[in-house]
Amino acid sequence: MTKILPYLLGGISVGGQYALIAIGYTMVYGILRLINFAHGDIFTAAGFFMVYAAASLPLYLSIPLVILLTILMGVLVERAAYKPLRSAPRMSVMISAIGMSYLLENVMWYITGGLAKRYPVIPWISDSVTILGCTTKRVTIITPILTVILVIGLVILIQKTKIGMAMRAASRDFETARLMGIKIDSVISFTFVVGSALAAVGSMLYFSNYATVTPVVGVMPGLKAFVAAVFGGIGSIPGAVLGGFIIGISETLTKGAGLTTFSDAVTFALLIIILIVKPTGLFGEKPTQKV
Amino acid sequence: MKKLLALILVLAMTLSLAGCGTSGSGQSSSKTLNIGVFEPASGDNGAGGKQETLGIEYANSVTPTVQINGQTYNVALKIVDNQSATDKAPTAAQQLVSDGVSVVLGSYGSGVSMAAAPIFQQAKIPAIGASCTNPAVTQNRPYYFRVCFIDPFQGSVMANFVKDQFNAKKAYVLNMLGEDYGSGLATYFANAFKQLGGTVKSEEFPEGTSDFSAYIQNAINYGADVIFAPSATTYASLIISQAASAGCKIPLAGGDTWESSVILDAQKGTNLQVYVSTFFDENDKSGAAAAFVTGFKAWLNANPQRKTDNGGNDIVAAVSALGYDAYMTAIEAIKIANSTTGEDVRNAMSKVSFDGVTGHISFPNGGDADKNEAFIKQADNGVFKFIKRQSSKS
Repeated sequence: MTKILPYLLGGISVGGQYALIAIGYTMVYGILRLINFAHGDIFTAAGFFMVYAAASLPLYLSIPLVILLTILMGVLVERAAYKPLRSAPRMSVMISAIGMSYLLENVMWYITGGLAKRYPVIPWISDSVTILGCTTKRVTIITPILTVILVIGLVILIQKTKIGMAMRAASRDFETARLMGIKIDSVISFTFVVGSALAAVGSMLYFSNYATVTPVVGVMPGLKAFVAAVFGGIGSIPGAVLGGFIIGISETLTKGAGLTTFSDAVTFALLIIILIVKPTGLFGEKPTQKV
Repeated sequence: MKKLLALILVLAMTLSLAGCGTSGSGQSSSKTLNIGVFEPASGDNGAGGKQETLGIEYANSVTPTVQINGQTYNVALKIVDNQSATDKAPTAAQQLVSDGVSVVLGSYGSGVSMAAAPIFQQAKIPAIGASCTNPAVTQNRPYYFRVCFIDPFQGSVMANFVKDQFNAKKAYVLNMLGEDYGSGLATYFANAFKQLGGTVKSEEFPEGTSDFSAYIQNAINYGADVIFAPSATTYASLIISQAASAGCKIPLAGGDTWESSVILDAQKGTNLQVYVSTFFDENDKSGAAAAFVTGFKAWLNANPQRKTDNGGNDIVAAVSALGYDAYMTAIEAIKIANSTTGEDVRNAMSKVSFDGVTGHISFPNGGDADKNEAFIKQADNGVFKFIKRQSSKS
């Protein structure tokens, strides 16, 4: 047990971070049927915002500022790259999303010069703690707890509030929702607000653990989070969270078993098996036939 | 409206093409010698490539002209970005060939250098690598040269060093899957370490990994006396900070890529011992090095963009010094050849012999500069502390 525990802890922590990014993917997909490839880069940008903000401001100011800037960026990306293409074929929007992702990456290369930046140390959560004989950062323990709290909050928001009802309506049927007088643009903007805010929180937890920010650092977690979202059934928030944890844990356990070379291969093989058995993912809805 | 837009786009394209035409013909008539700079400015090695390019640009500002047949030629740098990717490198190399360069400098990263080598060879243009240390770069490639030492040497230097310094018996070796530089150096280290009587556990991580806690745990469980992890600085800084937060007390060692401010930042505030082997020591007061360090620092501080490209400070990276030496080697060879033709410059390389800032440079046996010592440094709370000069024999 003492041998497995460090790997398990690492896996849960990585999984929690994947989960927070995966929610952003799954929410946008649920409403727009769009895979927002730029989401991983918004996550990276949140990291850079923090690096620069914390250099000149105290933490209690820079943390809310970073969340605010990230939200602004997410909404701007939607306004600039997706809104003008609302009536275009879905493939065009996807290409636009890929383009946006590369644009953001290269702008960050240009501004930062490409050398890795150190993420500022957030006190308390970056402290080392010892659990059952293995040392780790406190953020490792906080991540899964915070993830679960945020998700419960999100589910309440979607199930109990008016805007949540509008979001559900839009995800069920875009056109009908519009006919019923729902302001679809503000619903979509709100989706990006929530998704980006979660990406900002996710980036704080992630970079407190892996304190190196480079312009392409978000690509791999973004991809894994996307896989997690598909794994859990894309469009389903609890599915994305569960998917994130499963992928994080399976990854670190594979490495611990000595199969380091195959850690990604095992994860993706698992995805293929799940999709063969359950094509819509763990919690995916059956596609309804529209007449 | 759409037609107008299309018209404007077409006009813009033709105008830019016309621009190319005039600038091209202008260069061929004036006395300019083109030197190609084949370096990554983006991708995993973008940061290191920029530092190497800075060294080359500084050298160009120090020696902007060369005398050929009694005429003064202005040296113009043609800089391309090979994007750290072996599939993009040939295109970038082709770009330099069509720019009509006489000699090419670079690249940071052995993989891209090897990918571009056939193109330079076909065009009969010599290439002088600054920091590409994989031995295969110059093997059977008569047009590739380099001013640095090579990986088998570096690997055995590090193996001897950890043996001497920590009396290490078990080494944990970690590198990125499928990366030419890291896997080459890891293998040479492992072989040398086994010859010295040690045992080795080798593992690899896939590209884009950010969670190294499992690897660190594997090293601890193995009971390693030292972790040797030659890798790009992006991964190295993650490995160092996660080793620190996992409470790991095993000394870490890396190759020449680790000599970077990124590693210093990662080690700062931890008790980890981090060692690197490198080509150059900033505090080396002998010969050409001291003047280079002063001049280069002043040059960096004169322009904020240069400072950003150097990582936001004026610490002189070894790769910058090597970039400087590569440029000076090219100038020496051109002077001896007394010609701008690639073929003549290549034939003159064997006669080059001068004191560079990273030591004496000559090419007695083919493409590799004759070097026999590496500098070992330790990252110690924000500065690299010089430990010793280490040869490959203990």
